[in-house]
Order: sequence, then structure tokens, then C-alpha cells
Amino acid sequence: MNIVVCVKQIPDPASPGALDATTYALKRDGKLILDESDAYGVEMALQLVATAGSGEVYVVSMAPNGETSGMRTALAMGAVKGLLVSDPALAGSDALTTAKVLAAAVNKLGGADLVITGTESSDGYTGTVPEQIAECLGLPSVTFAKKVKIEGSVLKVDRQSESGYDEVECTLPAVISVTAGVVEPRYPSFKGIMDAKKKPLDVVTATDLAVTPTGWAGAGQKIVNVTQAEARKAGQVIEDDGEAFGKIVAFLENLKLI
Amino acid sequence: MTINNVWVFAQASGGVATTGTLELLTKARSLSSKVTAFVGGDASAIAASLGEYGATKVYATGDLAGKLPGVALSAAMKSIIDSGDTPDVIMFPQNYEGRDTMARLSVKLNRTVLTNNIDIADSADGVVATTPIFGGNILVAAAFVGQGPHLVSFRPKSFAAEPAGASSPEVVAVAVPDLGKQGGAKVVAVHTEQSSGPKLDEAAIVVSGGRGLGEAGNYSLIEDLAKILKGAPGASRAIVDAGWVPYSYQVGQTGKVVKPSVYIAAGISGATQHMVGMKGSKNIIAINKDKEAPIFGIADLGIVGDVHKVLPKLIEALKSR
Repeated sequence: MNIVVCVKQIPDPASPGALDATTYALKRDGKLILDESDAYGVEMALQLVATAGSGEVYVVSMAPNGETSGMRTALAMGAVKGLLVSDPALAGSDALTTAKVLAAAVNKLGGADLVITGTESSDGYTGTVPEQIAECLGLPSVTFAKKVKIEGSVLKVDRQSESGYDEVECTLPAVISVTAGVVEPRYPSFKGIMDAKKKPLDVVTATDLAVTPTGWAGAGQKIVNVTQAEARKAGQVIEDDGEAFGKIVAFLENLKLI
Repeated sequence: MTINNVWVFAQASGGVATTGTLELLTKARSLSSKVTAFVGGDASAIAASLGEYGATKVYATGDLAGKLPGVALSAAMKSIIDSGDTPDVIMFPQNYEGRDTMARLSVKLNRTVLTNNIDIADSADGVVATTPIFGGNILVAAAFVGQGPHLVSFRPKSFAAEPAGASSPEVVAVAVPDLGKQGGAKVVAVHTEQSSGPKLDEAAIVVSGGRGLGEAGNYSLIEDLAKILKGAPGASRAIVDAGWVPYSYQVGQTGKVVKPSVYIAAGISGATQHMVGMKGSKNIIAINKDKEAPIFGIADLGIVGDVHKVLPKLIEALKSR
């Protein structure tokens, strides 16, 4: 059971985001960290391999600037090998190119029984890359998985739906996207962090993978305008003196809702 | 460019077209005189209402027999396009089925996608879609480059649904092609989480709780208040991820978009992820013990206080009326 987890390295969500003044792209020039929503996929992969009793977990990522610190976090959790596709020509890639690159990276690692992704990144949240990877690889897919187990060559997934969940069965190999909160991602141990520094992490270019890096020019979209949205103004803020609930009652009364 | 042919990814729930579908059709007919609704399923019950909101033609695949929509519907759409009906724009809802279908189709057609939009226009720059970023504070307008079909998805409630008048669109049956290995996933059982009261995204009053409630057991305060106000209970992503309430309660970027008359946020600090799902509410009341919480920046009435003290008193006061 070999599992490849696709991870994204993103600017720390705790610091405010900013757009580049000329390209309008999200600035990603500082230190990048493992997207928290990908930590769930890494954890799930480690658990599935442990249950299967054999196999390895690999991680792949794409970044224009050679950044690996987020991938090292995944290696510290227990993945054994990483492949980073880093190429300045990939800057400005759209989701479709990203999916083509990640699919090629999965193939470069010799394919996988299962490819795991998050449902959407926390910085760009386009939300289409998992299905696009599956289509590029010619595989079935189950998105929004909240519970996953493997019985023989069959994947059994509880898939989130608008009104509850569906039980889905799928042949392997396959691609799944996992929702946040499905498992509790482990904290890397000190030993894990030290080991991760020695684990193989290959860096290749798009050309090495025979993917044409289209970047800005071929992105299929261009930003034509960026404007400030009409801001919502703050109203009255009061400290609760034990009677503040009365203000809420009056507010609702005033709107004739009670 | 001139838009002459628009498709709308149409959905039904409980035998009626979803509000989101009618919103997209309303917008589509302002862009193009030719509007086609694509239905992944049986269209007989909803064709008239699709027509009433602007569809001049309906494609319907019939029952999917457990196939997952993304792979099956993208293949059906591709086969229609290959046979000569090429839309300029395909409008998708920003939900599970819409996202998956759009993503698969983008690879089949080798076209980019623009997601999470709230508006679309046909302009001198081409087809331009607008998406809010950074918690909705900044609007980014992006134009498609190159040839259509342009694949674009929209957040719920981006447009108001308005009927255009009765009409009976032509309904054309389309087959789902053989999916081969890619069709390896099948739905074997469907589970619906029951909830009483109004639906979260349609309720006039929404009461949501967050991490400030302290523990899962305190969520009953939210449910009690919602019940008294005949509203719907909601939640922040933090407590959904923590397993206190099901995902269907989640309000925010990755959950439901709500625009009630009153939104009451209790113990929610106001992460960007949450705010984009509720800042369109007509009135916002926030209760949080941290007076620096971002939620107070958009609240019409902010109470700096302990939810464990304010909520029980509020519930008592409303009960005794």
C-alpha cells in the first residue's frame, strides 16, 4: 500500500495576506508552512499504511521558490520521501497546471495505490485540484472523505454530502480528498524532526517531468481589476454588566422579530 | 467577447429545483438569450421551473445509478460539446457536485476554472468574474483568456432568483458515456442527518456557536436560543472540526453561506473563514469575552461578555415573554 499525499506550502495564515502590486498574485515570498488542511491527509495516509501493515507514505508539492520547510513537517510526521517540483516558470500557474504538475510528480514516484489531497488550500481555495489530478491520472476519485478504510483492493469512504453523508465504495488505485478534522494530526516528535532532515527530498523542474510550465502567460485567466469591497461598519459595542441580554431583547423587538 | 450560449449546472432537492439553480438561471438569462440547464438526473419534475427562470433548453442524464456526479456529468457534458453544442460559459454552483464536475471537465477541455465568484460580466476585457478575497474585504476581477467554454462557479446567494414567466423548455436526454476505470466509485448508501426547524441557509434568524462555548455540551445553549427564536443553529469551523456538531451546521468559506435578518454569533471570534459565510446578514449580534475579537468590527450590536452568563439570561428573558 503506497500512498502519495499532495501537500501545499502556504504563507502562515496567522499573518495578514497581501497581493503583489504588479501581478496581483498572493505574496508567497516569506517562509512557507505546511497547510494545516494537508496535515489531515498526511495523518490519514500514515494510519492507512500502518493498518495495511506494509507500504510507504510519500509527499509531493509544487512551489516556485524551492521552499521545503512545509514538506519537512510532513516527513517529520512519518512520510519517508518527498518530491518537490520547483520552477520559477511555474509562478502564476492556475489550478489546472498545478494538477498536471502534481499528477506528473505522482507518476515520477512510480504511481500510487492511493493519492490523498486536502479539499482545498487555505490560501487560494480554488477547490478543484483533487478532481483535476484524478482526471489527469485517469483514476476514480472520492472527494470530501470524512472516514476512510481499505478492505483488500476496495476503498470504503464516508463522503460528506450537503445533508449528511454517503457511503461510497471505490476500486484502487484512486484519488481522495479528505475534509479537515477527520483525524487528529500527530505532532512531529523531536526524533521525527531530526530524522526528517536526512530523509530524501528530491527537487525537480517542470521540464524534468515533461510538463510545459505555462506560468502567467498560459494561465487562462488574467486579473483585470482589484477593488476595496464596501466595508461593513461596526455598531454599538457594550461591556456586559449582567444586564446586556436586555439589549439583545430590545434589538430583536425593534426589528419586530419577537 | 459576446456571450451567445450559456449553460447552467442545475440541481434538484426533494423534487424541486434548488434556489441556487434558480439564482444562476436568473443571471444567465441577463447574459445570453440562449440558456441551457444541464441536469444530472431526471428533469421531468423541474423542467417547468427551470424554464420559468430562464432555461430555453434542458439536458438531462436521467438517474446516475450510484455513480459519483463529478466523473459522470463531466463526461456527459464533454460528449455534448464534442457533438457540436459548444457553450461560451458554463455556470456552476460552488458546492460538492458543481466543484467536482467543473474540475473534471476542465481537464477534459483543457480550460482554466474561476471559482468562488459572486458576479460575472461580459466586458471589453472579455468574460470577467469577480471573487472576494481576504475575508471579503477585497474584490478581484479576473478575465478568462483564450477560447471558451469558460468554466466559472459562484457562491450561493450571489444573485437574486427572479422568475421570467412561464415557458416549457425543450428537454433533451443525454447519455453518460462509459467511464471505464474512472467510474470505479459507487454510492452504496445515503445517510441524511435529521434536523428540525428551518434550514440553516434559509432561516430568518441564525444562532451560531464557536470555541468560546468551552465544551461540546454547552452547544445546547445555541440550540435552545435558536428554537425559541424559530431560527436555525449554526457553528464555526473550529467546533465542527472538533466534532461537537456535524459539518452541515458549519457557516463559512467551506460551509454554508447565510444571509438571515439576524445573525447571532456566540463565542465566535470572527476568523476570515467564518466571516465570509455570514457578513451578508442584515443584522449581526456578537457575544464574545475578548473585546478585540474581529467579529465586533462587523457587528451591529456587540456584547463583550461571557456567553455562559449572557445566553442563559437571554433564553430566560425570551421564554418569559
